[in-house]
Amino acid sequence: MAEIEMIINQKIERYGRERKALLPILQGIVAAKNYISQDDMVCVARALDISAADVYGTASFYSFLENKVLGKYVIRVCRSITCDMKGKNKILKALEEELRIQLGETTHDRLFSLEATNCIGLCDMGPAMLINEKPYTHLTAERIPEIIFEYRNK
Amino acid sequence: MSMISLKIDGQLVEVESGTTILEAAKKINVNIPTLCHHEDLCVAGNCRVCVVEVKGRERLEASCSTPAPEGMEIWTNTARVRNARQDIVSLLVSEHNTQCTTCYRNTNCELQNLAAEYNVDGNRYLSVLKPGIKVDTSSWSIEKDDSKCIRCQRCVRTCAELQHVNALTASHKGKDMKISTFLDLPFNEVVCTNCGQCVNRCPTGALTERRYFNQVWEAIGDPTKHVVMNTAPSVRVALGEMLGYEVGHRVTGKMVTAMRKMGADSVLDTDFAADLTIIEEGNELLTRLKKVLVDKDQSVKLPMITSCSPGWVKFIEHMFPNHLGHLSTCKSPQQMFGTLSKTYYAEQKGIDPKDIVSVAIMPCAAKKYEANRPEMNDSGYRDIDAGLTTREFGLMIKQAGLDFKNLPDGAFDSIMGESTGAGVIFGATGGVMEAALRTAYAVVTGRSVPFENLNITAVRGTDGIREASIKVENCLPEWSFLEGVVLNVGVAHGLKNARIIMDQIAAGTSKYHFIEVMACPGGCIGGGGQPIPTNAEIRAKRTAAIYEEDMGKPIRMSHENPEIVKIYEEYLHEPLGHKSHKLLHTHYTPRNRY
Repeated sequence: MAEIEMIINQKIERYGRERKALLPILQGIVAAKNYISQDDMVCVARALDISAADVYGTASFYSFLENKVLGKYVIRVCRSITCDMKGKNKILKALEEELRIQLGETTHDRLFSLEATNCIGLCDMGPAMLINEKPYTHLTAERIPEIIFEYRNK
Repeated sequence: MSMISLKIDGQLVEVESGTTILEAAKKINVNIPTLCHHEDLCVAGNCRVCVVEVKGRERLEASCSTPAPEGMEIWTNTARVRNARQDIVSLLVSEHNTQCTTCYRNTNCELQNLAAEYNVDGNRYLSVLKPGIKVDTSSWSIEKDDSKCIRCQRCVRTCAELQHVNALTASHKGKDMKISTFLDLPFNEVVCTNCGQCVNRCPTGALTERRYFNQVWEAIGDPTKHVVMNTAPSVRVALGEMLGYEVGHRVTGKMVTAMRKMGADSVLDTDFAADLTIIEEGNELLTRLKKVLVDKDQSVKLPMITSCSPGWVKFIEHMFPNHLGHLSTCKSPQQMFGTLSKTYYAEQKGIDPKDIVSVAIMPCAAKKYEANRPEMNDSGYRDIDAGLTTREFGLMIKQAGLDFKNLPDGAFDSIMGESTGAGVIFGATGGVMEAALRTAYAVVTGRSVPFENLNITAVRGTDGIREASIKVENCLPEWSFLEGVVLNVGVAHGLKNARIIMDQIAAGTSKYHFIEVMACPGGCIGGGGQPIPTNAEIRAKRTAAIYEEDMGKPIRMSHENPEIVKIYEEYLHEPLGHKSHKLLHTHYTPRNRY
């Protein structure tokens, strides 16, 4: 909790104790711990003197502001139409097989979460996905095990 | 302000620059349909039902959110506009739970009206209503049914702009977007004041009050039960709207007869309890003033704030839990009435209180919650068994098959049916303050307040916060400590303004001695249980009716109400006395702000 308060205070120092600081604060929390908990939302609401519902509304709007516990590495497979036509489903299946989880789940060791995302702007290089902030393009099902292997052994 | 002229459907109209197309059209009585738009709220422009064609622009424009420039030519009624509107309404209907015949808002629903107007064909789009949506019935006051929500966000804007509570938000996005509380928790677990203003502004049946009228019918039909009904002051000036009268028409006499014909065993008046509140609250104020001014008692808090509005009480409990000492300990008139109906009334009438069913008819959604607060059982029973809204009551009158317009006027029963003009004006913002000043000034000086016809106009009106100062002069000997004191009073309505008042108190800069706060804009006449729709014009007409009712009353000061005099002689003995403390006063609960 102290960590969250530190993040909030840093962002408030930079952006002011106003509603416009909300998004940077939420991004800061996600950067630090991958997701925003209920308690974090209350913390943010109190710091900015806005309602907790307001914070929830914003946090739930953005796909990348997760409010459930995620693994250390969040894999986001693009589900937009271009990637879909380029074979997104095969990539997804390969990921599900490699990680032994379904879309939307997290591995037992809390290492990987598998999520779908809307367009990430890589339509010309699809199928594409992100692992945390790193993009992977021109994916093939064959490449998936080696990519995952790399993260497992980090 | 510079004026501009534009043409709407070929008709020239002059308006101030900055006026929207919708407002300009209204000026020349061109009707443009709306859904997300509400006069009390900021522009949202999300439903697009109000689209019009603008000459020279390719796409249709939403008239609610488009300011009209000089020389604009607008067409509100072309085939293209009608088709677009029909499509928009059809799409909304395709996501809507169209079980209209079983809906509480059936025949009073803006979406239903538009669907009828545009003759929406059921086969135009597939129904994409999400399955398995559950109605949130967790709150005593408000029900939320997302299957009927069209996501216009009027409720979100109401809760944010008018009430500064922000209990509701738009969460998620796209097809998953919905109106949520924090984490989509049930209503009874979040910071909601139960004021019901969102219900008043919901165009459909997505937000409604929780209904209790069936339980009341059951009690009326049970020969072993003695049903006591009491009606709040603002019900009589709004009920007529549901029964064929124009806005602002008072229906007090017919309302009394209707209750009797419906089968109530006793028809009494909450206004009596309002008068009683004035005696208790007025004395509480004078006692606090004495303790602060003479005894220098640090533990006593000033300003004292009224506690009649249960939405306001819950607001302060959530938002300013450290300042509950400023609230008057007086129960609201509804709860005073409830307690007395099962003690004083039961005793006087020789009825076993366990057989009494006390029904309160209120302009309010929060009163339902208040009636169910755990501590509200000082009579030894639930003080109020059911709180109904004006809307539920109007519905019951229709169900009873009464020809309301042709009912003879009736008079309230006794005891606890007599009231004064001071009790009546509780229904409008500023009314409690005015009533309290009329009595307090008379008690302290032995003279009437120095205002023409007892009308303290400074505390009336629609400004969010109003104030007045009254110098107390030539006091009676026992009140000599107040000689020369200038009493500063403030009035706030709408929780947005209540928050301003409370921020001043929290900062230690409040200049007031006594403050009236009503949760709803306009006070009870604009309450969350009043007939739908609401807007500033409707509220002004109801307010005018309240003051008419006051002027028509032979007695206009609470302490002169003969039934009030009698209850103190025979039962309560003195204001703030032992019995009063047990029955008429209460305590408050600090709650979470988040």
